[in-house]
Amino acid sequence: MITIYLIAAVLIGTGLFLNRGKALNYTLICLFLVLQCAFTVYACLHYTETTANYFTFDSLGLIMLLTATIISIPAVFHSYIYIEESEEMTPRSRATYFGAIVFLITAVSAAYLANHIAVVWIFTEISTLSASALIYHHRNKLALEGTWKYVFICAISITFVFIGILFLSLSFVNAHSDDLSYKNLLAHSSLLNSSWLRLAFLFIFTGFTAKLGLFPMFTAGVDAKDKAPGPAAALLSSIVMCMGFVGIFRIYVIVANTPLLHWASLVVGIAAFLSLFIATVYMIKVKNIKRMMAYSSVEHMGLVMLGMAAGGIGYYAAVLHIVLHAFVKSSLFFQYNQLYKVFRNKNVYHLGNYFKYNTTGAMVVLFAFISVTAMPPSGMFVSEFLIFRSMFEANQLLLLIVVLLLLTLIIWAFAKSIFKILFIPAVNFDESTVPVISPWRSTSQFILLGGAAYLGLNPPMIFVDLIKTSIALLPH
Amino acid sequence: MLHVLLIVFLISLFYLSIANRMTTYVNVLALQGILLFFVAFFELKNINTLNLILILLETVIFKSFAVPLFLRYILKRNNITREAEPYLPNFVSLIITTAIVITTIILSNTMEEGKLDKMFFVVALSTLFTGLYFIASRRKIITHVMGYLVIENGVFVLSLAVGNEMPMLVNLGIMLDIFASVLILGVFLNKIGDVFKDIDVNQLTNLKDY
Repeated sequence: MITIYLIAAVLIGTGLFLNRGKALNYTLICLFLVLQCAFTVYACLHYTETTANYFTFDSLGLIMLLTATIISIPAVFHSYIYIEESEEMTPRSRATYFGAIVFLITAVSAAYLANHIAVVWIFTEISTLSASALIYHHRNKLALEGTWKYVFICAISITFVFIGILFLSLSFVNAHSDDLSYKNLLAHSSLLNSSWLRLAFLFIFTGFTAKLGLFPMFTAGVDAKDKAPGPAAALLSSIVMCMGFVGIFRIYVIVANTPLLHWASLVVGIAAFLSLFIATVYMIKVKNIKRMMAYSSVEHMGLVMLGMAAGGIGYYAAVLHIVLHAFVKSSLFFQYNQLYKVFRNKNVYHLGNYFKYNTTGAMVVLFAFISVTAMPPSGMFVSEFLIFRSMFEANQLLLLIVVLLLLTLIIWAFAKSIFKILFIPAVNFDESTVPVISPWRSTSQFILLGGAAYLGLNPPMIFVDLIKTSIALLPH
Repeated sequence: MLHVLLIVFLISLFYLSIANRMTTYVNVLALQGILLFFVAFFELKNINTLNLILILLETVIFKSFAVPLFLRYILKRNNITREAEPYLPNFVSLIITTAIVITTIILSNTMEEGKLDKMFFVVALSTLFTGLYFIASRRKIITHVMGYLVIENGVFVLSLAVGNEMPMLVNLGIMLDIFASVLILGVFLNKIGDVFKDIDVNQLTNLKDY
């Protein structure tokens, strides 16, 4: 089935690149959404099965695939609004944009399900290529700068992952097997040579941080989200980050089953804490609202990885948190386009009194802000609380206090900008040019935010079971 | 013979660190491509002919012919000055490269004995870090790309070290090489040359937080 999915997606994507007709473009993209949904349903029905040798519909892959499919539908809808209302739109840029969206979603979905580290790596490469086409959408100097930085840093990070894979194969020499699938690695985890495995983990982890948006490679993602169109930035800060998480999680599971668990959790913890620290510093300073959202993603990925490092209930909380973050952050980025349409600016100084111009949109921003700062009744409150609990149980009290202080600073910095945008009038703002925005365009954001709250506060049993199965291989 | 080739490869890194002119960088990259082919030829003993042809295409045709040709074309078309313009003097560069090589030698001695030839490990890792150092210390975008190509060469050496056990990884490495080089060189270096007339990283500082 996955072969059919990949071939069909490639055909649709190529068709989009080659055809410039409007009707055909939208037919193809709708066809792709149907394909994506059908594939997701198929994956759910064939839970734990392996297809085409290299793909397994396991629990983690399934959770992420469902998330990606749910987000991709509003992403395409908002892309439609964005493209059709954009003044610089040409048939060529539309075709490229939608083609790149198709390739990105396909590559990310395949990377979730891949059970072989080299296959994950290949799809990560493809996702870089398609993401760079999305970031370069505006074709101006700044977009080129953002794209160049993204491509260059991602190319280096992909090389790092490859070096990690090479070291992994070196650590695997004693096992007398050349199969680098996760299952086989896990089965032979006692035979892995620990010094090579250390190097392998360091390189693979560093490589995937570019996608996850964690220290040290987070800069590429921030620039990319700033320059990419809103709906594309929503994809970059949700499903692409999930891909980075899957890449790190699967190798972490293997390392956790060797004596290196403590060392690996230390590495992950240091990177996570530094990400949180850097996000705090930048969020206090930043005035560009889109970059602020991007730094907020860095902060949340730091929290996710702190949960992973702490262990125990933290594993559960990490998976829950990254799913909820994907929903919340994508809805915030979907909303960003309406904000930009009203004010034609992304500097906080020039935004203000949003409630007056677009009441529904302002409510989305307010709710998304409450969700993203993890205030109850936000679903992320639950996952963040569990992460804190896991740190408490791991006897990391000092770290926990520092993290809480940093989070307070982040909430203060974020709230200062968001409340300025919502309530305080902007100086010298010409009200006559404000367009009327249909409230219906915010429906998907409300659904995503509500879904995140529901999943956090009252998770359905099946969702809890899926998360529990995906972390079952980690030592508790 | 294998070790001689690898040491020549290492020496080419030292030469690169004191090179002044852009064309020298291109020439060294071309030389490294040919060296890599012979390393692959001597190292991979039980390789089939098809794979060897693939490696030949990748190293000799791609690395030491197509890429240098393209780099020369870019240098000419965008009127890039001939000087490499490093931030640090060449002497310091040489010392840093030496330090990198010594560190990797020490690191290789701390690694538990595996089936890996340590020479490969030292050459690959020092190439990797020297490439990163070139990226950090040079001013032009095109030298950043060359630094990246140096990293790719290092990765190729490392993939040859495991090539006898896992030939698939060598092919993956070739794929990475071609994919990333085409993406970076073809699409963006061309484009960046059109938009930013004098290719200098100092022009790429417009994305700001406020």
